[in-house]
Order: sequence, then C-alpha cells, then structure tokens
Amino acid sequence: MKRILISVLVLGALIGMFSVLLHKNSSENTPLEKLKEQYAHKVKASVDHSLFPQLKKKFKKPQEVTAACISCHNGRSSEVMHSTHWNWERIEYIPGKGIRPLGKRNVLNNFCIGISGNEQSCDKCHIGYGYANANFNFNDSLNVDCLACHDNSNSYVKAVGGAGMPDSSVNLNYVAQHVGKPLRTDCGTCHFFGGGGNNVKHGDLEKALFDPTRGVDVHMASEGPDMQCVDCHTAEKHQMLGKMYSVSSMNRNRVECEQCHSAMPHADDVLNNHTLKVACQTCHIPTYAKVNPTKLHWDWSTAGKLKNGEPYEETDSNGTDVYMSIKGSFVWGKKLKPDYVWFNGTATHYLVGDTFDPTKPLKLNELFGSYDDPDAKIYPVKIHRANQIYDTENKYLIQPKTVSNKPGDGGYWKEFNWQRSAEEGMKLVNLPYSGKYGFTETEMYWPVNHMVSPKEQAVKCVECHTRENGRLANLSGFYIPGRDYNPWVEWLGGGIIVLVFAGVIVHGGARIVISRKRKDQK
Amino acid sequence: MKKEYVYQAFERFWHWIQAALIIFLGVTGFEIHGSIHFFGYDQAVRYHNTAAISFLVLIVFAIFWHFTTGEWRQYLPTWKNLRAQAEYYILGIFRNAPHPTKKTVLSKLNPLQKLVYAGLKVLVIPVMVITGLLYMFYRYPQRYEVLSLNIGGLQVVATLHTIGAFLLVSFFIAHLYLITTGNTVTSNLKAMITGYEDLSGESGEKEIKIHTTEVHEVLR
Repeated sequence: MKRILISVLVLGALIGMFSVLLHKNSSENTPLEKLKEQYAHKVKASVDHSLFPQLKKKFKKPQEVTAACISCHNGRSSEVMHSTHWNWERIEYIPGKGIRPLGKRNVLNNFCIGISGNEQSCDKCHIGYGYANANFNFNDSLNVDCLACHDNSNSYVKAVGGAGMPDSSVNLNYVAQHVGKPLRTDCGTCHFFGGGGNNVKHGDLEKALFDPTRGVDVHMASEGPDMQCVDCHTAEKHQMLGKMYSVSSMNRNRVECEQCHSAMPHADDVLNNHTLKVACQTCHIPTYAKVNPTKLHWDWSTAGKLKNGEPYEETDSNGTDVYMSIKGSFVWGKKLKPDYVWFNGTATHYLVGDTFDPTKPLKLNELFGSYDDPDAKIYPVKIHRANQIYDTENKYLIQPKTVSNKPGDGGYWKEFNWQRSAEEGMKLVNLPYSGKYGFTETEMYWPVNHMVSPKEQAVKCVECHTRENGRLANLSGFYIPGRDYNPWVEWLGGGIIVLVFAGVIVHGGARIVISRKRKDQK
Repeated sequence: MKKEYVYQAFERFWHWIQAALIIFLGVTGFEIHGSIHFFGYDQAVRYHNTAAISFLVLIVFAIFWHFTTGEWRQYLPTWKNLRAQAEYYILGIFRNAPHPTKKTVLSKLNPLQKLVYAGLKVLVIPVMVITGLLYMFYRYPQRYEVLSLNIGGLQVVATLHTIGAFLLVSFFIAHLYLITTGNTVTSNLKAMITGYEDLSGESGEKEIKIHTTEVHEVLR
C-alpha cells in the first residue's frame, strides 16, 4: 500500500512538472501588451501653426520659410547642420583604413554610383536648398529645408533635378502652416525611392509602407499601431538614431529592436537562447520586398543602346524597368528570402581611389562578424550586385558623370559616352583616369531591418534546423542542431544499430528454428 | 513453483517511466538531430526539453532509491561467469543449456547485464545528462561572460549527445530482444510488470532460497 502511495506521488510530481513546463509557454507576454497600449495612444500637438502670423505672410523663396521657422525655433537650424542628414558624411573609424569622413558625399555605391558631378539630380534628397555642386555652403542656416521632414500636409515635394529646391507647384505657406513631427510620408519620400525608384535600394523600405497592412509591417500597419519612422528612429537635437551600412562603418547609433522588446522577449526560453547569436530581424522578417520588387542586379555595361539615336526603356510584364539606355539592365525580385551573414555592427568601405582585384567581385561595404565574435549575430541582408565601370589600368572604380547640366559637360545620360563621362567624373574626385575603362562585378550588403512580420509568420524552426537547403545553409564554422552532424558518428552509430538489429534477427531466428526442430523431435 | 518478489514497486515504476522517457527522448531527439520528422521541429524541442527535465527528476529519485536500499550493489561489475554468460548466449541457449548464473533476489543481474547497466549508469546516462544540460543552458555563461564556463559552440556537446543516443538505441534494441531469453520467452517481461518471477530451477547452480525480507536485511 505504502509503495503504491509513493508511486502515485512521484507520478503526480512528474505530471505536474510536465504540465507546468508546457503551460509556461502559452502564458501571456505582458511587456508586449504594455507596448501595444503605449503606441495605441497617438499624441496630437496642441499648437496650430496655421494661426501664426509669421507663416501667413506670402513666401517667395523657401529660404524665407526657414527664416520664419528659425524666428521661433532659434538654434534648431544649427542642430540640423550638425546632422548626417545635412552633412552627408560622418567621421567614422573604418577597420583597416583609419578615421575617415564617410557618407553620401564621398562613397561610391553600385546603384547610381556617386553624387560627385551629379549633385543637381541626386541632391534632390538633401535636406537643404541648392546643394548643386561640391561648393555648396554648408554653413548657411537659411538653406536648411525644415519642410522636407516636417511637412504634415503631404503636399511638399522637391523638384526633380532641382538640387533640393521645392517643386514650383508647392504652396509654401500651406505647407509651413501644417508642420509637425515627421511622418512616414516625409521620410519615405527619400528613403523609399533611393537609387532612382521605388524600393530600388533597400528592399525593405518602399512606398507600400505609406499605408501598410499588418502582414507587410506589424509596427507601421495603418490598421494597427501605425507607428511612424521616428517612433524607433528617435532624435535628440535633430540627431537621428540609426544609420545604414552603405554609408557608415561603426557599431554605434544603431536602432535595436531591444530598445523596446528587451534582449529576451520570448515566453519560451528556447527562443530566448537564440538572441545571443541571432538578430531579431533574422526570424521576424521572413521575406522582404513583400509588395513591390527591389533591384537585385544592375548591369551598367549594357547602357548606351539607342533606337534611332534616342534612348529608350524596356519594361517587363509587370511594368518594371528591365532596361534603360541611360542606366543599363536590371534584375528585380519580389517576396525574397534574405541572405544571412554574421554581423558585429562594423563594416569596411570601398573608398574612392582604393585599388582592388578586378578578377573577383568587389565588396563595396563588407559587413564584419563571425560565429566566434561575441558581438556578432546572424542578420538578414539584401545583397545587391552590379557590373559597374572601373579604370582597368589604375584598378579603381570610376566615378562617372551621369547627370548632364549643360551640353558637352560629359553627362552620360545625355551623351552616352563612357570615355567622356569617366574623364569628367574623375576630374571632380581629383583622381587620374588612364583612359581605359571596363566593367567589374561589385556587391553591396544591405541589412534588412523593416517589414517585420506578425509573429505567426516568423521564420519556422525547421527553416534553419534542417539538413537540406535551410536558410542558414551558407553559414559555416559552427553547429546548428538539425542542420549539422558528424558524418563519422552517423555512419558508426547507424552501423552499430544495424549490426545489433541483424544480430537480433539472426540469433532470434536461430532460436526459433532450433526450438521448432526440438518440438518435432519430441 | 514459488514466485519471488524480484522487482519492487518503485523499481518497476522507475523502469517503465524511464523506458517511456527514453523512447520519447529518442524520437524527439532524433527529430532535433534532423534524422526523422514527426512532431515538427519546435514541438520536438519543447517535448524533448520537458521530457529531459522529467528524466532528471526521475534520476534523482532513482539514485536516492538505489543508495537507500543498497540495490546499487546489484550493478557492481564482476568477471565471474562473464565468459560463461557470453558463451551461453552464443552457444548454450541453442542447446537448451541452463543459464550459467542463477537469478536471485540478491543477484538479479547476470554478469553481462551488470557490465552493460553499470556502463549505462556511470558513462552513457551521465554523458547524456551533462551534455544535455550544457545544450540547454550554454547561453547563460556566455551571455554573462563567465569565461571559465564558456562553451564556444555546440559541436562537441552535440556530437557527444548524439553518440550517446546511438548507443542507447542499440541498447534498446538488444534489451528488447534479450527480454525473451529468460526462463520462458515472457517470464522477464511479466516479472518487470508484476514484480514476481519464478526463479526456481532455471539454473544449473545449486538453488538458494532467500525470502525477500531477509534480502533487505542483508542489503542494509
């Protein structure tokens, strides 16, 4: 009786433990509920800018708007003038290269390549007025474009090829009277269209985020928390939190999911274990370019074909550009699984004038990190590949002049002459040009951070923990359960099992045969 | 024919729960290993971890039981009759020869069993428990930079755990078969279910009859 009692008690304890452990996983995640509550309250500014007399007088130039802003918000313009949005460069330490100014002002990418000589067009997205060439006066506070970021009327646009000046259609008074905290429509005007079109560059930042569904982005969902860019990219004195590794290289000033969600946000400890080595984005952004395609490959070498002496464009069945005489051929992709890399927050950069080996693809911004690096985690990235112009003698990339401001200035998009474009572009970056050009493969790495999916759509365990074709199949040098195994152990272990099994069959079979014989003899 | 009480209640409870847990851990474990697909990876992990903790609890109770009852002495390996026992399985069993060792309440394991079970208890199970715990908790020392406890990766831990798993599967197959080599095909199984087994006249050795209560006196 006593024994039975003890057994029942032990069994009960085991069952209890089982159910407690299983139950814990379904418990409610209160921190998340608190966050949801927090972002459900939308603050509406009490100030009505349309009532200020300063903003009622007729503005003839956008600089007058800036002057009016500064007349109340004095000192703010100098904050802006210390920002990367204004300076288009920041002082960064680049591993192996030292401390260098880094930013749009001086790096080359593998989209439209670089701004030098092309400011008139590229600098539409500068938060200033009139950055038309390298001589722009970065110290004139009246050139700060307050409206580019603070327009809440969704009617402010900058002119195409206007070096940052507003389009002539803009009613400056109306916009000035409707200003407020930056909205997605402000940031998105530039950040969704980088590289010359919607979603060209990032893949995870595009016009679908103006009004996204929950499936596209769980945070920005219009019918959900409707969070704005600046809810995560917070600012202190106009210095924004966050940056992109296309124009930066240091592990600082990053926006982290952990800001709100903590480093161990899951109810399940097994999932929390992952956050040591796996970035949130890796599981929670299963696909990017969810709505519209993003550019994956850009071949500049095919540019320059003309029909009847005129440039032309070709589109695919979805209306996406696949060829442009001015830019070359493109490959686009939609609903893409990211590539994955180990990333510790530091990156190197190709700098203008660096020589390289043209026999292999040149990584313009290699992200650093490995399994053994305690600061590194697995991050999702978009890899953009291109075939772009370089100096075959000097073995460095060419900054071509693409935009044409006046006839004969070498602008490729008018003259379709690489030789001239290279000559003029290289003059502007003060580098010799050998006169011989070719095209070389380049790669850029773009961490994927946006388009976070609802948790139900997060990457499933088995998508990485699988022997064949898992998402992390390309990452080596460490052990992933379910993906990796020791082939010796598999063979020997399997062999032993087979041997034992065979032994049982033979031994048992012999016993059966012999006992039957024995019965027969009787 | 007199039936002896060979396996006590806790012993049987422990045996069967352990059997169930090891089977369950094996199925879920080999799913985690990528060899089979059954529960789904996330469920397999969850079940495996839960079963593992249950197993730990069971092990604690089992260790307590083995030491308080003195039953642990049953597993002390011996050379005596080891060869004879092996020869029995290779030859004698086919000639209907008697078991070379007498199964008694005092000594219920034959020399081969003693050796294998002792190996499981001091080698395989501890390796599985230790590597299993490291597998589960490797994050924590690393997270807090307790360098002395830092595990660089799961490679070694997982490989050892896998080796142990293969050995347990092999053991499991052999064990299932060897159950049938008792006095009759089912006598071992019945004994482990009911606790009682007829130990008379199965061996060539001189029969020694000891009452259960006396055994416990001796073992203490």
